[in-house]
Amino acid sequence: MLNEIINEIFSAEMLSLVWQGLLETLYMSLTSTIAAYAIGLPVGMLLAVTDKDGVKPNRSINTTVGTIVNFLRSVPFLILLVAVMPLTRLIVGTTIGAKATIVGLVIASAPYVARMVESSAKEVDRGVIEASLSMGASTMQIVRKVILPEAMPSLIYGAAISSTTILGYTAMAGAVGGGGLGAIAINYGYHRKETLIMWMMVVILVLIVQVFQEIGSYIAKKCDKRIK
Amino acid sequence: MASNPIIKIENLNKTFGSGDGAVTALDNINLSIYPGEIFGIIGLSGAGKSTLVRCMNLLERPTAGKVIFDGLDITSLSYKELRKVRQSIGMIFQGFNLLMQRTALDNVCFPLEIAGIPKKEAKQRARELLKTVGLGDKEKAYPSQLSGGQKQRVAIARALATNPKVLLCDEATSALDPTTTQSILELIKELNHKTGVTVIIITHEMKVIEQICNRVAIIDKSRIEEIGMVQEVFRHPKTQAARKLIFTNGDFNEDFAGKGKYLRLVFDGSQTDRPVIANMVLKCGEPVSIAFAKTKMIGGKMYGHMLLELPENSETVARIKAYLDSENIVYEEEHYNA
Repeated sequence: MLNEIINEIFSAEMLSLVWQGLLETLYMSLTSTIAAYAIGLPVGMLLAVTDKDGVKPNRSINTTVGTIVNFLRSVPFLILLVAVMPLTRLIVGTTIGAKATIVGLVIASAPYVARMVESSAKEVDRGVIEASLSMGASTMQIVRKVILPEAMPSLIYGAAISSTTILGYTAMAGAVGGGGLGAIAINYGYHRKETLIMWMMVVILVLIVQVFQEIGSYIAKKCDKRIK
Repeated sequence: MASNPIIKIENLNKTFGSGDGAVTALDNINLSIYPGEIFGIIGLSGAGKSTLVRCMNLLERPTAGKVIFDGLDITSLSYKELRKVRQSIGMIFQGFNLLMQRTALDNVCFPLEIAGIPKKEAKQRARELLKTVGLGDKEKAYPSQLSGGQKQRVAIARALATNPKVLLCDEATSALDPTTTQSILELIKELNHKTGVTVIIITHEMKVIEQICNRVAIIDKSRIEEIGMVQEVFRHPKTQAARKLIFTNGDFNEDFAGKGKYLRLVFDGSQTDRPVIANMVLKCGEPVSIAFAKTKMIGGKMYGHMLLELPENSETVARIKAYLDSENIVYEEEHYNA
């Protein structure tokens, strides 16, 4: 009995399936994280800069963008993923598989990233920004030369958290035709009741989260010059 | 004064908030500061001095009035023009406000980058400046590796990088210990001598003003109460606000209920630990009673003030005053009708 199970799990077929799933998961989470930052970083900065205590307060921009971000963040991920399927089909030509999942992942995680970035940007000492203003710095100069570098450790730490959250989303996407470890866990573990395989996927996901978090913390610490 | 003011403030008002919750921070301020002088603005916390200095480079927008910098009304400038003007006004702060992720050298380069100076040239200028402030060997140090005094030196180098005409100091020594304060003030004085930069110092500490300022303005409850040469204002303050600040550093004997003529002596730490009163009595041959005293010994130096009941004999009074003058003790005659 036990032998059978072990044989099944570690069969060449199964191993190659898991390997495939692992690559897909990494591909989905990393690509989505990068794309989410491409959108979320500027949006987050915009939110921080236009805040009433920001460098260039602008209530209408801040409220408009903030509302969109809040709206996207309050739609449950799975529903959002299904809701954007027409758009996904338009962009990648299909609604199943890893590539298709990325579209939904980016739309769901960019607003989350924007809020993470906003919160890091707001941590930058108000006095330093005031000093930069007193030197005649423009808003763009302050964002590029002050807020970004000063918030860098916090931004990297945030990126580690965001990427692990996105990793969790990829697993969920397995339920609606997404690929990766999540899909394996659901197909084998849930539909076929092969609990062992499900738990194996969970263990692998836990390990990836651990690795992402550790790498993030390490880089954040390494680049922070505030620590003696 | 012969030359035109470098900074002239005309009928400046600043109100925070509006309606019932409005708070007046500055009330009809008029002030002229001339090139090359070290001008002090002193007041207790909440008096409006920080708001005033922030109005000078428009970090704070006045509600009404003009700020004229070098003949130019900067309140009427576009944001872009204002940014250019700000490059001629350096500023240092109580909290130093250095970029924590940049080295000392790169911090000094920062205003030069903003001004669009080529990197190589900026680095060279920054190196010179760090040497000038005595940190030639700390180029590569990050702010977290520097002491408070060193951080303020970097901030001074940074503020002077673009060769500004004015240096605004907002409580720049308030976070430093007395020895470091002394050395930072000396540095500012030296730079003022060498480069001719006009210095405007905001502080709540008398000692700072005494040590380096030529002229002083006393600000109390959002208004400027008195302006004059430091010596003159400190020795003979004309307004109640000034006297309160100078003689007691804000800590007045409001519940004193004496009657008659008194002499208020002020100890600002510049006297040594000589027994001043005892010597005075011996020298003038007249016993005096101490009616009120609030003094503290800090590091062997005396700070505070004291009320002496004056004798009737005017000749003795003159002798006492002569003695106090010779000992360089600031005093003021006061009359109480209880």
